[in-house]
Amino acid sequence: MSNLPQTALARDESVLVSEAKAGNYASFEELVNRYEKKIYRLGMNITGNPEDAEDVLQEAFLKAFEHLRDFREDSRFYTWIVRIAVNQALMKLRKRRASREVSMDDSPDDNGDVVVREFADWQPNPEQLYARGELEEILQGAVKSLPPGFRTVFYLRDVEGLSTEETAELLKLSAGAVKARLFRARLRLREELSKVFKRG
Amino acid sequence: MRVLNCKGAIKEISSYLDGELDEGLRNALRAHLTNCHHCHAVFDTTRKTIDLYCDGRLFSLPEDVRTRLHEALRRKLQAGS
Repeated sequence: MSNLPQTALARDESVLVSEAKAGNYASFEELVNRYEKKIYRLGMNITGNPEDAEDVLQEAFLKAFEHLRDFREDSRFYTWIVRIAVNQALMKLRKRRASREVSMDDSPDDNGDVVVREFADWQPNPEQLYARGELEEILQGAVKSLPPGFRTVFYLRDVEGLSTEETAELLKLSAGAVKARLFRARLRLREELSKVFKRG
Repeated sequence: MRVLNCKGAIKEISSYLDGELDEGLRNALRAHLTNCHHCHAVFDTTRKTIDLYCDGRLFSLPEDVRTRLHEALRRKLQAGS
């Protein structure tokens, strides 16, 4: 993205925030319309559960609406709502972990090394080999197979495009821990997808 | 020049993709990937994995979920006014 549209977008967003703070609900709704898809995707990626993702979506925007006056605008509104949504999603995970013993990080083979079993090249252009819905199902299945702590880091870094430092701050992890989780998440996803996409 | 075996090379692929390796390690990894078909396949398919996910195609927002969100926000607005 060039600098010009980004600047224009940011300015536009700050106008909407000012209007919403002044009580203009239509402006707030425009912010919601702009980011609701991304926040739902964030909820699905982190919690892996449609009901939890809907709760994350609602709670994040309701909180933002309630606390809009406290938003100091030292970051973009989008960064602020992502932060709120990530915290809501992590709370959901913690609750589920407490009730169902869901581990944030590990599976039994996770001793620090990643086991690579698939060394084959992929068929060219998997996007063209599968119908859109079918490909989505394959990708969603692979991401859901990751431990929550891994898929959260993968989502923030590789899908959302946050830096290592931003991700570390949001998740209260060290930069080294973010890198380690990202490394494992990427290789595990690759391993899962290779089972489907490999040649021959 | 530093030399990497397969285990060492695979460990560095993720950092390499993020442009975080110093020159010595970067060159060692490139040399390994040139000569090792298995590790090159792991590198190439890891890069493709990231590409497949980064276009935001996953988990589209269902219309009924969207409707309930906007209803909840309107209820909040009415409760506050």
